[in-house]
Amino acid sequence: MDALIPLFVAIPLISAFLIMILGKVIPGFHSFLAPLTLLALLVMAVFVFSGLGNDSLHYTLGGWGVEGGTPIGIYMVLDGFSILMLCIINLIGFIALFYSLSYIRKYTAEANYYALFCLIVAGMNGVVLSGDLFNLFVFLEVSVISSYALVAFGVGKTELEASFKYQVLGVLASMLILLAIGLIYWKTKTLNMAEARSLLDTGPPDPFLLFVQVLLISGFGLKAAIIPFHAWLPDAHSSAPSPISAMLSGVLIKAVGIYVLIRLFFNVFATGHDVAVLITVLGTISMVVGSLVAIIQWDLKRLLAYSSISQIGYVVMAFGMGLILLEKGDNIQAATLAMAGGVYHLMNHAVFKGLLFLNAGALEHRLDTRDLKQMGGIAPVMPVTSSTSFMASMSISGIPPFNGFFSKLIIVIAAVNGGFYLLAVLAVVISMVTLAYFLKFQRYAFFNKGLSQVREKIREAPFPMSFSMIILAALCLAMSMIAFPSVREAILQPAIDALMQADFSSTTFTGI
Amino acid sequence: MSTYILCFVLFLVGLYGVITRRNLIKIAISLSIMEFSVFLILVLIGYVDDGKAPIVNLQATDAVYVDPLPQAMVLTAIVIGLATTAMLMAISIRLYRKYKTFDIREIKNLRG
Repeated sequence: MDALIPLFVAIPLISAFLIMILGKVIPGFHSFLAPLTLLALLVMAVFVFSGLGNDSLHYTLGGWGVEGGTPIGIYMVLDGFSILMLCIINLIGFIALFYSLSYIRKYTAEANYYALFCLIVAGMNGVVLSGDLFNLFVFLEVSVISSYALVAFGVGKTELEASFKYQVLGVLASMLILLAIGLIYWKTKTLNMAEARSLLDTGPPDPFLLFVQVLLISGFGLKAAIIPFHAWLPDAHSSAPSPISAMLSGVLIKAVGIYVLIRLFFNVFATGHDVAVLITVLGTISMVVGSLVAIIQWDLKRLLAYSSISQIGYVVMAFGMGLILLEKGDNIQAATLAMAGGVYHLMNHAVFKGLLFLNAGALEHRLDTRDLKQMGGIAPVMPVTSSTSFMASMSISGIPPFNGFFSKLIIVIAAVNGGFYLLAVLAVVISMVTLAYFLKFQRYAFFNKGLSQVREKIREAPFPMSFSMIILAALCLAMSMIAFPSVREAILQPAIDALMQADFSSTTFTGI
Repeated sequence: MSTYILCFVLFLVGLYGVITRRNLIKIAISLSIMEFSVFLILVLIGYVDDGKAPIVNLQATDAVYVDPLPQAMVLTAIVIGLATTAMLMAISIRLYRKYKTFDIREIKNLRG
């Protein structure tokens, strides 16, 4: 199965190339090849996931392995955590692409859209699989540069402005990340994450390393839109075409932001108490402020974008608590629970936020507006959109039969067990605030009766759009199964083990 | 050591430009300045005193070579920087066509 790993990057790259070359010659080629590519990637990811268990796989590019105790080649590593991310990326990617088949017809240059979409997926798969710091930076740039272009895809005034803002902050973040990677290389003379781990693990806390960690938090914090670094996210995510918003909010900020932060601070650095507290505080601030700002929004997609910031805050807070508890070392049980909650909420957020952006896209497709004040009374004419968005709203606000409830519950229980009572209370209160602004969305978009007489000619969204929304809504229900202990053991435990036993996974594949 | 400090000053010059300039093109230039200061730091990290270009000569066994890995990294990063700059320029030109100005004070549809 090792040979499958590079295919996760190679297949979307090749199909992006083919779409650009052959898309001009063969009409309709792009809308046929791109969903097939993503479907193949999804099947591969699920196949690898089913056979992986607690193992980790690795692949050395060009066969350059370990030479004299030093890994000299570029490694691609696939362990319990990266395979979960791979499944989520390719799942949301496939569904968003299937949705695009009818959504994107109103734009010109469809072939470019599909090619950029394949590139963004290739970049994210590369980031998640990379076992090498600089390689990670390169894949990160592949995915974010394509996302700059996709945000500006509508080439209207707001799209271009949002894309420019996104690019300026994105380039700033990339430069901070590159500087930090250079400084890590200066300190350790290696770019391999496993070897850097073995060199950085020993010794007292070092101010130089603290500086590097702060650089990394700012860089990846900008990519992940944690609150002091969030300025670009509401503009970029609300201006992009809706399937792209689903990709950006659902997986891009996780794959290039949260995933890398977690990977670096659990598996590369021996994180100190101060940094762990800093991460927890940043997560808590984004959780609180993001949802408070979301309440006052009237632009539907902007409301969803702020809600993304808030939900990402939950994930960062959970992992921050995990880091603090691991660093103390006396309550490993609670640390494991916090990390399980974080990983679970990460997956859940991808599904329900993806679904909510697809709903927003369906509304925009039929009504040509994103303003909640101009909607209303749509529930009878668009039953699929209405019911799926209701399920997603209940899920994101933590109402019991849906998945969002269980992941938030796990995070709150972990906070109580770990002694973070204030954070537990805040998590519950913010969950209620989330319910408040999603009820606002439901009421103004679907149930307000005032405007219903002009809604006669509105029809349900076309088949590809409705089908994608139904699949994601079913997943919202199905993923609540992960909360059962035995399923949790099978799905979340390998990811947590991969994060906790960093030394183990580094020794197995480099032999240091 | 002073070279590292000068590179860092260059980084700060770029950052100052990004924050204070009002012109889209000047912001893009400032970002390029930042990029190149980081590239210079990377090249300096690989520098060894009195080192030669890392083309191994088997006859001269006592030769000192500079570290080739940061140079490879910088070459890759320059290509990435080119892509970002091209993207920024393309967006700036499109913005100019829409708004007839490069001034960011005039371009403010998005708020809140």
